[in-house]
Amino acid sequence: MDFNIMVAGEAGQGVQTIGIILARAFARLGCHVFADQDYESRIRGGHNFFRIRIKDSQALAISEPLDILVALNRESLSMHCNELTKTGIAISDEFRDPDLSRQYKIIPMPLSGLAEEKAGDKRTFNSVAAGAAMGLVGFNFDLLSAVIKDYFTQELAENNIKAARAGYEYVQQQTMTNIKSDLSTVIKSSRLLINGNDAVAMGALAAGCKFLAAYPMTPSTPIIEFMAAYEADFNTVVFQPEDEIAAVHMAIGASYAGVRAMTVTSGGGFSLMTEGLGLSGMTETPLVIVLGQRAGPAIGLPTRTEQGDLQFAIHASHGEFPRAIFAPSTAENAFWLTIKAFNTAEKYQVPVILLTDHYLATSYFTVDKFDTSAIFIDRGLPLNEEEMGKLSEYKRHRITGSGISPRAFPGLSQALVVTDSDEHNEEGHLIEDAETRVRMTDKRLKKTSALRKDIAFPLIYGPKSANITLVGWGSTFGPLYEASTFLRKQGVNINLLHFTEIWPFPTRGVSSLLINSDKIFIIENNATGQFSNLFISKTGLKVHSTILKYDGRPFTSDYIIKELSREQL
Amino acid sequence: MAVTLNDYAGLQPAWCPGCGNFGILSALKMALVDLGIPPHKLLVVSGIGQAGKLPHYMKCNTFNSLHGRPVPVAVGAKIANRELVVIAVGGDGDGYGEGGNHWIHSMRRNHDITYMVHNNQVYALTRGQASPTSGAGFVSKTTPEGAPAPINPLALAVASNTSFIARGFAGDVEHLAGLIKLAVSHKGFSFLDILQPCVTFNHVNTYEWFKKRVYKLDADKNYDPSNKLAAFEKAQEWDERIPLGIIYRKQRPTYEDSILALADLPLVKQSIEPARVEKMMADFL
Repeated sequence: MDFNIMVAGEAGQGVQTIGIILARAFARLGCHVFADQDYESRIRGGHNFFRIRIKDSQALAISEPLDILVALNRESLSMHCNELTKTGIAISDEFRDPDLSRQYKIIPMPLSGLAEEKAGDKRTFNSVAAGAAMGLVGFNFDLLSAVIKDYFTQELAENNIKAARAGYEYVQQQTMTNIKSDLSTVIKSSRLLINGNDAVAMGALAAGCKFLAAYPMTPSTPIIEFMAAYEADFNTVVFQPEDEIAAVHMAIGASYAGVRAMTVTSGGGFSLMTEGLGLSGMTETPLVIVLGQRAGPAIGLPTRTEQGDLQFAIHASHGEFPRAIFAPSTAENAFWLTIKAFNTAEKYQVPVILLTDHYLATSYFTVDKFDTSAIFIDRGLPLNEEEMGKLSEYKRHRITGSGISPRAFPGLSQALVVTDSDEHNEEGHLIEDAETRVRMTDKRLKKTSALRKDIAFPLIYGPKSANITLVGWGSTFGPLYEASTFLRKQGVNINLLHFTEIWPFPTRGVSSLLINSDKIFIIENNATGQFSNLFISKTGLKVHSTILKYDGRPFTSDYIIKELSREQL
Repeated sequence: MAVTLNDYAGLQPAWCPGCGNFGILSALKMALVDLGIPPHKLLVVSGIGQAGKLPHYMKCNTFNSLHGRPVPVAVGAKIANRELVVIAVGGDGDGYGEGGNHWIHSMRRNHDITYMVHNNQVYALTRGQASPTSGAGFVSKTTPEGAPAPINPLALAVASNTSFIARGFAGDVEHLAGLIKLAVSHKGFSFLDILQPCVTFNHVNTYEWFKKRVYKLDADKNYDPSNKLAAFEKAQEWDERIPLGIIYRKQRPTYEDSILALADLPLVKQSIEPARVEKMMADFL
């Protein structure tokens, strides 16, 4: 089983609401679901869509042909009809278009009329459409109704269920063939439906993040809202300050005082935070920054995706200090890497940047429930009160073999915790002399060698003997995985090397993984091949070609396959 | 054990002889000793400038942060551990220039911290450029035609509904120590603008210049510091007479009081329980 539904319409018509309800219903049945969204930076009007792929095995990316199109306005119908498969069906309101009707199977139905007649509320017309789509695939209505009930407040749920039933029954009376969905073969299991942002927020709360200071910016804002909604359950403080500069410094202050702290933003906010990144590096204060990339520079395309901030994240802030950069591939990976980000930040007392992007942040995945017993919290070297008592004098920046100094938190013992953004000595007091400067710089940079050992190697998907290798990083994993799997089935000797832990770059090990690769293709969502340049400079390997996409839209496996078809594989 | 001045003895200051910062440092130590606050319960967060060096010259938990950023660092630390006494210090360029946005919004939110601005009306560490509080016409190497009109920090504080606003003078250490005691004891954001003569770079606003003008509001029985309009009016006085003391004081709920997660144990003393996400996951099924 493998089919696709698209819900399309203008902002304000509830495209996302229907999309999530449908996706959640399939997930609750036990299907594997992947969904992505495309929307404009506006509150009303324009053109938005939400694509859902439903499978009985792992779903990691969209595939472009549509089995069902739910078109909430005329524009959506004319724009997307040509994406329907031969058996695909479109549901639309009663805007008749003889030309389109001749070419495609369209069910024009009185969405608003049914909403008014059956639910007494015109606004529920989108639930009529949702019900109709589910009617086409013969989805169990009671299960759909339960999902709608959980989604809305009690007051709204009742009318929306009535509306969905109206749509559901309407299409069942139609003579048009139903979509062959094979839903009966789905094995029941409980899967979470979460997007990248949800996963990061969940990971942060699981990791014990006690303080989030963040200024709203797409695509990271939902992380703030998510964590705020769970503030009471986790005794976490979510704080919206005056700007991103304040956000990063507040997080640093809270972390210095002993709690796990984070800030989330996008490229523009991160630009403002760069001095704070250096402050974290210099004062060795753990810090987690989520940088949800969107198409830049400046405001760029605020609701579109890009992997354009990699080199910026690696080099941001003046001076030299260690840092870690992780780029999650899926929602599940985002959950675990967020926890690792907190552990890494505290263990090495460095800033850690979690590099997501608009595509990962807003795309939905079904994942098995996270095994919370597998969550490991490593706070590094905090001293307890007893240990503090044994010290004659505490030095916050004591020079050790690893470069990592034991941490004390202010106010919890007699130890005085002194740190400085100026170059400082082991005690944390500012200095000017050349010798101490060198010793302290060496101390901080020394942490990199231990940190590097904690960075996981990239993973190979497919046979190690393949002579063609696709290389990617972060959110492009799904489309790359599907493209490479498809091509392998076509007889191409191909594998995929995918990076999620990018910095310090896991140089050693890469060459041995690619010993059989004659042709390396690097695929990334930017215009200048930022990862490709990094890969070449770190590994010395030859890259045959890059596939770059910087139109603000994510890769699909179909796109990658098409681009590769120009090459002689 | 009683806290003594000796507990707060720090490194030898690298300030110019006669610098107003000496008076401020003495007043701060006196106030802390009088309040019986031990150094390990105190956090001083400073910015960059001559004022930013202050915590190094005493002995306490210290975060010497960036130019303009002591207030957000202090706010973050206070939220993490409500039991800490948190004082932010910086100069006028640091607080009113680079950190102006943080200053205004932190006053409005009423975080329970004290913010001391060493206001010498000049950038001293960078050697004598005009600052946001330099008098109109102040000539410096970057303002050869004279500085534009200054901001009025006290009036801005009144407009931001700051719950404690006072002005002290580095040349009157005892009075300043009294104000610092009140500021630190006040629950909510305490803003203290401290007139600090710069003996090297500000030859206009000297000790003598201030001594001729300053007067103490405490002596004025008719002044009501809980009257916001009166406070705004008082904040306008400068050229002829300069008021010292509490300009405005009105208790209102602090940010920290309004946050449920802070009602019980300080955040830093709470345990990390990953299993709590179990319950949350049910919402995503």
